[in-house]
Amino acid sequence: MAATTIATVRKSSVIPGFGLALGVTVTYLGLIVLIPLAGLFWRSASGGLDEFIRISTDPRTLAALRLSFTTSFVAALVNLVFGMILAWILVRYEFPGRRLIDAVIDLPFALPTAVAGIALTTLYAPNGWIGAWLAPLGIRIAYSQAGIIIALIFIGLPFVVRSVQPVLEDLNREVEEVAATLGANRRQTVRRVVMPALWPALLTGFALAFARAVGEYGSVIFIAGNSPYKTEIAPLLIVIKLEEFSYSGATTIAVLMLVASFLILLAINLVQAWSRRRYGDV
Amino acid sequence: MSDGAFTTARLPGAAAIRFRPVTMERRRVRVGLILISLAFLGLFLVLPVVAVFVEAFRGGMPAFAEAIFEPDAAAAIRLTLLVAAISVPCNLVFGLAASWAIAKFDFKGKSLLNTLIDLPFSVSPVIAGLIYILMFGSQSLLGPWLKSEGIQVIFAVPGIVLATIFVTFPFVARELIPLMEEQGRGDEEAALSLGASGFQVFFRVTLPNVKWALLYGVLLCNARAMGEFGAVSVVSGHIRGLTNTMPLHVEILYNEYNFAAAFAVASLLALLALFTLVVKSVLEWRYADEIAATRRH
Amino acid sequence: MNAITPIDKGASVALGAPIDVTIENVQKAFGDTPALHGVSLDVKAGELVALLGPSGSGKTTLLRILAGLDAPTAGRVLFGGDDALGLSVQDRNVGFVFQHYALFRHMTVFDNIAFGLTVRPRGERPPKAEIRKRVLHLLDLVQLSGLDKRYPSQLSGGQRQRVALARALAIEPRVLLLDEPFGALDAQVRKDLRRWLREIHDQTGHTTFFVTHDQEEALELADRVVVMSKGRIEQVGTPDEIYDAPASPFVFEFIGESSFLPVTVVDGAVQLDGQPLDLAALGAPSGTATLGFRPHDVSIVPDGGPAITGTIVTERRHGGARRLELEVGPDKHRVEIDMAVDHTRLPGGQVAFRPHRWRVFPR
Repeated sequence: MAATTIATVRKSSVIPGFGLALGVTVTYLGLIVLIPLAGLFWRSASGGLDEFIRISTDPRTLAALRLSFTTSFVAALVNLVFGMILAWILVRYEFPGRRLIDAVIDLPFALPTAVAGIALTTLYAPNGWIGAWLAPLGIRIAYSQAGIIIALIFIGLPFVVRSVQPVLEDLNREVEEVAATLGANRRQTVRRVVMPALWPALLTGFALAFARAVGEYGSVIFIAGNSPYKTEIAPLLIVIKLEEFSYSGATTIAVLMLVASFLILLAINLVQAWSRRRYGDV
Repeated sequence: MSDGAFTTARLPGAAAIRFRPVTMERRRVRVGLILISLAFLGLFLVLPVVAVFVEAFRGGMPAFAEAIFEPDAAAAIRLTLLVAAISVPCNLVFGLAASWAIAKFDFKGKSLLNTLIDLPFSVSPVIAGLIYILMFGSQSLLGPWLKSEGIQVIFAVPGIVLATIFVTFPFVARELIPLMEEQGRGDEEAALSLGASGFQVFFRVTLPNVKWALLYGVLLCNARAMGEFGAVSVVSGHIRGLTNTMPLHVEILYNEYNFAAAFAVASLLALLALFTLVVKSVLEWRYADEIAATRRH
Repeated sequence: MNAITPIDKGASVALGAPIDVTIENVQKAFGDTPALHGVSLDVKAGELVALLGPSGSGKTTLLRILAGLDAPTAGRVLFGGDDALGLSVQDRNVGFVFQHYALFRHMTVFDNIAFGLTVRPRGERPPKAEIRKRVLHLLDLVQLSGLDKRYPSQLSGGQRQRVALARALAIEPRVLLLDEPFGALDAQVRKDLRRWLREIHDQTGHTTFFVTHDQEEALELADRVVVMSKGRIEQVGTPDEIYDAPASPFVFEFIGESSFLPVTVVDGAVQLDGQPLDLAALGAPSGTATLGFRPHDVSIVPDGGPAITGTIVTERRHGGARRLELEVGPDKHRVEIDMAVDHTRLPGGQVAFRPHRWRVFPR
């Protein structure tokens, strides 16, 4: 099927197995990912435009989408700052425990989201390890938007670190040395020479963390409180619509989220391509 | 803090001054950044994991054992192992095929294919579950036919497996493709010129070249498969003892305020995550060059 | 870092006025590995000095110490009589050019060159129009007028290196330091840039150090050549002195082509295997010594006279000459000599020759 459309201009290669490997890849990709996803869009389209607009302008839907995108944005911003610092100390400094920290960074990739969710809730609930200290000060984290942000920071942290780290490792120190000989102090060198070289990687990490956060479900629902219009994230609303057997509702919200995520990733790709074209590899 | 890069200059007629390379920040800044990082990681990453284990053993060892060996928990563990045992090999075969095609050949649409493989990363797990409900649920086109044939996909094991495969789809491929692209085709072409068959080349040249990255990809895929929550939650139906995986079981126990039991089961999953990270780190320290190419996830 | 002898940049450094550089017994060790064993050198204002040596000779380390990018373990560096080691890199006011250009790739050519001026503290920063004027002038100097809006990735290697030089010149450095400036360029571009750099130096007159491992480059470009080996200075001299009167077998071998033979010096004359060669020992004391000569500085000796006799091992065309590789004496020492192209001698035959220029190094 798709094998003919996607591929086949094949450079003459002596290595065998192209047809088999590509066939398996495309078939599997089609069956598991593409056809089911296409089904989602088909289902959404068959519901009619009026239904789509009615659900997507429903105040509860809009509140959930707004909440998901704003909390994800804030969490990704926090990760941008701390991810940058973490990547910096891991690449540039030697200190005891550096390798341990490097290993710990990947924890959110490996720890199941539900486990993270109940653990964070235990810490930040008003009677929890940290929450109990904050409650007397009137600060409430669990069951509020702050709790959602905390969970999204947790799951998004590795993306920025792992995007920036390799770029920072490849960064030519001579460029910084030259800046110093030209009279730039350390702050000027970092701001005007190092940071511009890191922006594409930072942006990538930010976008990945953001996209992941928008779709996140497991770690958030325990800590969020899940009250409609206030702490109900978009993925949760999909689940609720499904439980109410409102398939068109679930489908519409899903399509809105997917389109938004794809647009973000597309924008990132364009920025990267632009920066590669302009600055090249010098 | 190690100061290997620093020299203390003994200048005649002057007190020894400490030399700081221009590419290095002041000591105060360095210590500050490291402390901020440690605090951040401690608060956001380490403390939650510690909390899992502390809460798991709050009721003592007997309560922990009871929570794990209780029939519903045991059923959840069995189901989780079964789901992983099916979905990981599927994604392993796919990952090998995809990386072979993408890394060793040039063809039109290669970068599109590369992008599509990453697609599941940017799809919410909940949506991953939803698309299978739309495809196989009672509302779907296939629904009536599946029902007449007596095949149940949604709210049953096949649906859980499908959703898990979707969510863990890119892991093996993502580890292998950059590494195999970097290694190029020279080794394979040399082996072929020496008379090796296609299968010999694959098993004796290509596979050994990527074995550590492959192992890490499989481990990460496995950790995600066992720990997947959102997608599985949507398609499972939460039938105790039948369609509950470990993460779902954790949720049920937690919502029943049975915290000790919830954390006991959660601690098993956390152990799996820690094990995955340890193996990853050991591989990385030993085979740094080979894994370096696959840094990005 | 505390400046030991702060230099008031505004007052004591007249812009563009070249200064003397004095290096006194500079030592450097990386951990336990010594990189420089007490190097001393006096360089006059406006001189163009080549630091020449194989890799690992310490030439780049010395250059980085001059720039302040590395600190010596001991020793002194004086810029115009003032202690330079107490100054930070930023305050040292040196122009540094790296082999791989180290251009800021996200900045245009204009911004690269202007960088050193724009990072100055507000009080010392020239006004925008002045910066612009100076950058355009420098672009003109390095023959890149009109390319100011380009990014480094849009330039050729030779153009990038010229931008790097213009960037270094923009801060009106007291000393210009070039680390293998042509090392990454094609042969033809290297030659052009070499000539061009000499012209620039003659116009601007900076005290300039450049590091190279290419002896041809050093001899063609420099006022004086500093030959370094294993962290020591082997010889300092004009290109003529270095080439014609090498102070050690190392310098002799490193500069140009060379052949060596073990000889003995008896009463101020050179003997090979007990036979006098009719070559003066040039001041070498009696005893064992090494005779050095260049393949093209030999003449064939017709039958009879005192000569070095060898058996031809190989012969091949070498530029405008025919080069023979010979085995000399019972120990079969290999030497190379050049002969006229029309000389045809077959391997296995005998050749008798004598160098007409030579050096004798006591052993």
